[in-house]
Amino acid sequence: MTPASSTATESSGFQQTIRNVKMDKVGIIGVGQSKFVRAFNGSIRELAFEAFQEAMRDANMTIGDIDATIVCSAPEYDKQRSPSGVLAEYFGLNPQPTFYVESLCSSSTTGLRLAYSLVKSGLHDVVLVAGFQKMSEITSAESQERMGRGADIQWEAPFGTMMPAYYAMFAQGHTARYGTTSEDLALIRLKSSFYGALNEKAMIRKPLSPQDFKDPSNQLNNPISSPLRMRDCCANADGASCIIVANEERARALGGKTVWIMGLGSATAAVNLVGRDHFHGLAAAEEAARQAYKMAGIGPSDVDVAEVHDCFTIAELMAYENLGFAKPGEGVELIRAKETYKEGRIPVNVDGGLLSKGHPIGATGGSQVRTIVLQLRGEAGPMQVKDASIGLVHNIGGVGIYANVTILGRE
Amino acid sequence: MAAKEIDNRFSKFGTVSFTAFTRVNDFIDHLQRGRVMGTRCRTCGARYFPPRADCCRSLDSDMEWVDLPGMGTLLTYSTLSYAPTGFGEDLPYTIAVVDFGSVRVFGRLDRTLPAESISIGMRLKLEVLKLPGGNVSYEFRVAS
Repeated sequence: MTPASSTATESSGFQQTIRNVKMDKVGIIGVGQSKFVRAFNGSIRELAFEAFQEAMRDANMTIGDIDATIVCSAPEYDKQRSPSGVLAEYFGLNPQPTFYVESLCSSSTTGLRLAYSLVKSGLHDVVLVAGFQKMSEITSAESQERMGRGADIQWEAPFGTMMPAYYAMFAQGHTARYGTTSEDLALIRLKSSFYGALNEKAMIRKPLSPQDFKDPSNQLNNPISSPLRMRDCCANADGASCIIVANEERARALGGKTVWIMGLGSATAAVNLVGRDHFHGLAAAEEAARQAYKMAGIGPSDVDVAEVHDCFTIAELMAYENLGFAKPGEGVELIRAKETYKEGRIPVNVDGGLLSKGHPIGATGGSQVRTIVLQLRGEAGPMQVKDASIGLVHNIGGVGIYANVTILGRE
Repeated sequence: MAAKEIDNRFSKFGTVSFTAFTRVNDFIDHLQRGRVMGTRCRTCGARYFPPRADCCRSLDSDMEWVDLPGMGTLLTYSTLSYAPTGFGEDLPYTIAVVDFGSVRVFGRLDRTLPAESISIGMRLKLEVLKLPGGNVSYEFRVAS
């Protein structure tokens, strides 16, 4: 044995000890997102590459640094069967392993949870989570048809269900219990439009005024499913996101930009609404939040900035309460007092949220994570929340069928 | 070779059924006879609506058909102004969840009910509905 190799062996043994004893955190070292658009003029691999390219450059990595890839999307919009293989090839990530994960709109934070476990277990050092959706891949007629199959196709869909109607039933339940009004919900859209205008990756960037919600000829006020109007609903989009997750040793070797995963919570609830106990909040979100806070060792008042799953305005309002930012029934006070604006007590969706960014199913969670990572690094530009050090991501699949809550922090 | 008989009775459920094959196909026969029925596990007594062929508590698959309680209360609802493909002619219609005590039921409200008369907590009963074209369904009506 040469002296050099002897040193390497000792060094490697030393590193191993450090990892087992102290270096056991998991961090996010790179984030990327494509622009979210109505119809991307290219293929899914090219769309996903936009986010991949940005994340790899952000992490200052090359393809040899990635040990495994998790690809996240909702398969009902994919024409390509098993897109993980296609993306891994296009990213130049063969022969590293790749696989596909799906939990509707929460797919890419489910991917993040799996990446954490792969890294934490020591199986891989660096794992890439690529979320994408090209919702324009299928025709709008096909999309309409899939809308009817959003939940329990055997026992609910034959009555003519669709996603806005499910969330509308929660809006109705919240209204009946707490007196929430359509005007309260419009305040959430107003905030979203204000920040959407600042986010160059957002699809809808036109600021709205309270007057826009009073004009009956404005299509934003068209009824969709009572009490929700068009203004309460997010729009389909094409988009991609990419998150690079690494163990502490690799993250520290890259320098000081790492944002650490402090808490992960994940829960489910019955698909068929007959399995739900109440209709004024999402039980799965409450449970996921409880788990994430416990793991992170923090409470709701410690969160400096949050991204919540505002697929509908009512969803953001319920998130305020399910995450403990407000007591049940008091979420409206937060938005009425502008406490969820950038300067408020708990800034929420100050990147415009799904309502302004658009909602490319498989990419959405990764986009939320990217926003929080940029916030914690102080790189969020005009959307920056001052001195943000702990951030939270609330990402929901279906109408609370799946819920992931992720808590991130800087050193 | 004789053609096997295909039991696709469930394709008759609702405005558009997305499922043809299920082991609780007898649900359709009960509807056609005017009864909305759930299932009960013979081993542990657990009641299910929608009906299930299998009990996840006892892990047995020995079920019997049972009638639902007659009266329920409205838990939540929404009236749709847009519909997925295949449901446009039904617009506007109201979907709802009704609590019948031992089980809850997802379905539609009687379309003749004026919007202003609908309120959470109102008393409702289940009625079988025969649809044009031979499909069967059920709806919630005001308890008289």
